[in-house]
Parts: sequence; C-alpha cells; structure tokens
Amino acid sequence: MTSTASSVNLFNRVWNEHTVREMPSGQTQLFIGQHLIHEVTSPQAFQMLRDRGLKVLFPQRTLATVDHIIPTLSQARPFADGLAEEMMSAIERNCREFGVTLLNTSDPRQGIVHVVGPELGVTQPGITLACGDSHTSTHGAFGCIAFGIGTSQVADVLASQTMALSRPRVRQVRVSGKLHRGVFAKDVILHIIRKLGVQGGVGFAYEYAGPVFDAMTMEERMTVCNMSIEGGARCGYVNPDQTTVEYLRGRPLAPQGAAFDRAAAWWLGLASGPDAEFDDRVEIDGAQIEPTVTWGINPGQSVGVSERIPAVSSFSPEEQAGAREALSFMGFDENHPIQGTRIDVAFIGSCTNGRISDLREAANVARGRKVAANVRALVVPGSQQVRHQAEAEGLDQVFQEAGFEWRAAGCSMCLAMNPDKLIGREICASSSNRNFKGRQGSPTGRTLLMSPAMVAAAAVSGCVADVRKLVH
Amino acid sequence: MQKIEIVAGRGLPLLIDDIDTDRIIPARYLRCVTFEGLGDHVFEDDRKQSPDHPFDDPRFQGAKVLITGRNFGCGSSREHAPQALIRWGIQAIVGESFAEIFFGNCTANGVPAVCAAPADLKKLAAAVLAEPARPLAVDLVQSVIRCGDLTVTCTMQDGARRSLVTGNWDFLGQLVEAETEIRQTAQRLPYLTNFT
Repeated sequence: MTSTASSVNLFNRVWNEHTVREMPSGQTQLFIGQHLIHEVTSPQAFQMLRDRGLKVLFPQRTLATVDHIIPTLSQARPFADGLAEEMMSAIERNCREFGVTLLNTSDPRQGIVHVVGPELGVTQPGITLACGDSHTSTHGAFGCIAFGIGTSQVADVLASQTMALSRPRVRQVRVSGKLHRGVFAKDVILHIIRKLGVQGGVGFAYEYAGPVFDAMTMEERMTVCNMSIEGGARCGYVNPDQTTVEYLRGRPLAPQGAAFDRAAAWWLGLASGPDAEFDDRVEIDGAQIEPTVTWGINPGQSVGVSERIPAVSSFSPEEQAGAREALSFMGFDENHPIQGTRIDVAFIGSCTNGRISDLREAANVARGRKVAANVRALVVPGSQQVRHQAEAEGLDQVFQEAGFEWRAAGCSMCLAMNPDKLIGREICASSSNRNFKGRQGSPTGRTLLMSPAMVAAAAVSGCVADVRKLVH
Repeated sequence: MQKIEIVAGRGLPLLIDDIDTDRIIPARYLRCVTFEGLGDHVFEDDRKQSPDHPFDDPRFQGAKVLITGRNFGCGSSREHAPQALIRWGIQAIVGESFAEIFFGNCTANGVPAVCAAPADLKKLAAAVLAEPARPLAVDLVQSVIRCGDLTVTCTMQDGARRSLVTGNWDFLGQLVEAETEIRQTAQRLPYLTNFT
C-alpha cells in the first residue's frame, strides 16, 4: 500500500501488523492473536493434528467453551443424548491432551463462545481472532478483526497460530442520524442486510461507522457485528472508542493496572481516522429504520413491522424465484401485513441477542403481562454470567411470572443441536440470527427474526406485534 | 499434494440462489466427532420435501460437478457441508458466487468452487439436462468450463486457484513451516508483550 498512515483504515492496519509472510499462492499468512473453540467444529481439527503428530503451538492463545449441544434443562452427565455426550467427552479429552483451557458446564464462566470472549475481556481491540463458527464476526465490535473459520482452519490455527487468507476489501457502512424509540441494534443490522443483500458483503469486511454506532453500547455493537456474516461479510467491526475502553476496564482477562492504560492508548490509536480510505462506502439514514421482522428464509427477507410482506412482482426478475420459494415455505401471502402473524413459539437468546441488555429489554415488555395461551416461550441466557446477573436483577422472576421458561446457558433453539426444537410447522418469533429452512430443528419449522423486545411483544400478543405500542 | 488442474465428470444442476449450509447438512448431523457418513445426509431435509430433488434424480447419480446459483454455502461455517458434498461424490462446484467461509473450506479440501456468469450457468445446466451422461470439464488452468461444444469462462480467487493448480492446498503443512517468522510476529505485537 502506498497510503500514508492516517489514510489506513483499522482493518488494514491490524491486518498489516499480523502479517507473517506471503504464501506461495499469494495469500497472506496471518497471525491469529486469539483462538476460541467449541465442541462442534473442533474434534476433527484435533484429529488432524494427531494424524500429523503436531502440537498446539500457543496453547495459552486458545480458549475452549461448550455451547452448541448443551441441554438447557438438565446438564447432569452423561447427557441424555449419547452423541452430545460423545462430543463433550471429545472436547474434554482434546483440551486436556493439548493443554487448552476449557470452560466446561461446571465452570461459572461457561456460555456461548461469542458471549464469553467479550465478557471475560479476552476479546480486545487490535487483535486478530478466529473461531470455528461464522458468528465470530461478533468480536469485531471491539475493533478487532475476527474471522469465522472451518474445521481445517481450526487445525491451522491450533498448529501454527496462523492461517492463509486473501485480504478482503473494506466497505464503510455509515448509519447517520438517531434511532427512534423501540428500534434496537437488531433492527439496524436487519435493515442493513435488507438494503445491501445477503450476498452484498461477500469479499468485504464491513466497518460500521457514524453516530448510530458511536451511541451504541458494546452489547449493541456486538449484535450488529454478529450478523455481518448474514450480509455476506465475514468480518464486521466498529472502531474502538471510550465506550470500548470502559467496557474492558476490570474484565478478568483484560490487561490490568498500568498495562491497561498503555493498552487503552494503543487501542484508541488504531481507529480509522477522518482521512481513512475505503474500497466502498454506503450511507444509511438511521431515522428510517423501524422495528424489523423477517418474513422469508434468509435474513435479508425482512420488512418494517408496519409494512406488508412484499409482492413477488416487487423484486427484480433474478430475485423472484427466491421470493416465491420463501413465501411458499413460510405459507405466507404476499401483500399481507406482517403484524398480526400468529406465532407458536418465542425464543429469546443466542450469540446475537442473549446478553444482559437483551434480557432487560425483553423483560421490560414481559413485566406484568402474560405469554399468550397458544405460545410456548423460553429465555436462554447467553452465558452463566448473564444468567446470574439476570437472576440478581430479578429478571428470571419477571419472565417466569409472565409464563416464559427460564433455562441454562447455551445456543439452544438458535440452531437446535440440543433438545430445544420447533415441532412440525411451528412459527417461532426468535431473537437469533438465521431464518433458514429447518434452522430451528424442524425441517418444516419457520422462523421470524426480530429484536428481543419484539420477541417478548410477540410472545404476549400471540402474534407479531409492534413493540412501540407496548412500551411507553 | 495433488495438483488440481481439471475436474471432469457428470454435472448436477441445482440452480437455486442463497443455498445455506444448514440446507446442505442439517445441524442435527453435526453431532459427531468425525466427518464419516455425512454423504448419506446431504440436502436431507430438502430432498424429503421435494421427491424430484436433483440429488435423488437417477440421471444425475455419479455426478461430480455441482452447478448452482448465487451465494452458495452461505450461513454457518460448518466444514461438514463441503464434507457431505464430497462424500456424496461432488468434486467441483460451479456457481454465480460463493460464501467466503464455505469457499475456503472447499479449497482446503481440494474442491474448486468456481464462478461463472448466470447466463452461462443456465447454458451449462441446459446442456446437462439435455444429455446428463455428457461430462463437464472444469479447467482451472485455462479458466473455462467445457461441456461438449459449449465452453464458458470461469473465475476463481487467484490465491485459491494457484494453491489448487500447484498442489499447494495443504495449508497446514505450509503454515507450520514458518515457525520462526510466526514467533517473530508474536514478539512484535503489543498485546503479547504486555503493551511495553
């Protein structure tokens, strides 16, 4: 790059710092400062190391937790699901053999990997981070570059603390203005994906910038970055600022004492400056964003809660087959209002929206109300720490009095690898990240993505409802 | 590693956009500690819901080249998805575009995922439908796909393409060779040196 230092954006600055060398293929061998693993995508990777007689090069730079298959009712071992138990045994054995720290269900720090990393202070600005999970983009909220990777790359990172990558381009997505009341970070990212498309970010890292992100808390930024991958962008990030620094201060695995002050100075200096150059820029008006709900089978198929499900003819010719497939699978009529769509299940949780602020917003809606008779509703905290904090605040009581089930921490019904699943054609109002066909455990089950407050509103209404009418 | 210059075999058209990895291999089959047996469950839920699914069509049995649409392999990073396709018999994928993590997983397993224009994908699918036994050749050296008289151009991210055609797609082996440089990089990173 011929750019001067002030023109280099955060992504390229961090990439350059972590470049080990150029590979024979022309790809970059990139150093990965922090590796996170879980039980689903790591067992085959450890086997790859065994097959080649390799060790974990920097075992202290990998942290393991368990989340995807964790039952949320009883965690007594052995698990009732023999396959889940086998995966648990495998990660326990692998971590022991290779010297990796494991936050198991008996550890109060256990939880969804993308909730645990930030709350422990492992996720920090300026680092590179990788995890065998596509929602690793979450960690970009801190101004680091975080990649979701496959199992072969998990093996690469375990054995070499590096991986081979081609440098993506960087698109700045600027959201200007101010969000209206009742509009949350989830609505912002659903709106961005609706505007830019589910494939719009392929080949790009997204830098989220502008007043709307500046005003967000770290947890809100995590929600936005989490779903970058749903817009095709493998990485998304927000520049570190004072909000980032204050979030990290005092976290157990963040720098301590004088080192923290030195760290904070380095972190703040990494941010893209006013002269930073980007390969592309997009601007979106935050005031235009409504509480948003998906109507289809990918996260880009969404509308504002006051809108109607779009007509097939409103799509470009190339998009019409996909819209028709989505309407057919969902059993929805075009031109029909999304508000009032009957639901069967309400799920609050996931790496997108299973943090304490999400539970607080949902509890504000649930407080003093009752889950509709036709709805089963569950709240699954993103981590044991989130669960304990919520209990300390009495949120578990609020939810249970309203008729929600209060569960143990894990990924749960976001992808239904544990016993929490939709049944048959059930429709779920979900605070998770994917409305793919069959995603929530029933091949014909249906998912409507929305913010946790909107899920709570749907749960107490029995149908999709506008949260702005419920909270004053 | 083996140099992957040309993949030749029968085609299988599945011209749908935005096929996600949950559809390719439903999450319940990720409850495993090896990739064995995943080929039996590829597209399982889609196949149960559409009896004429191309993966069940007798004309396409034994196919090696999957022809698909835009943003194939979006969603979850599960390497189980390309593993399920490989174990069913797929050795190359031709589409309008690919999700990045899926693309990387394919490359790491020696499966080229190459891009072609939508109109050319339709032509290739039509050629396969007209004569399913006629093989396609995905040529990474010439950057073309041939099927009988039909030749269309294809593109692939150059680093991945070079790694396949030169037999350098075993990244793990190459990465660990650079241990000295890796340790030097670690020593210059502020957060690995207590920000001194």
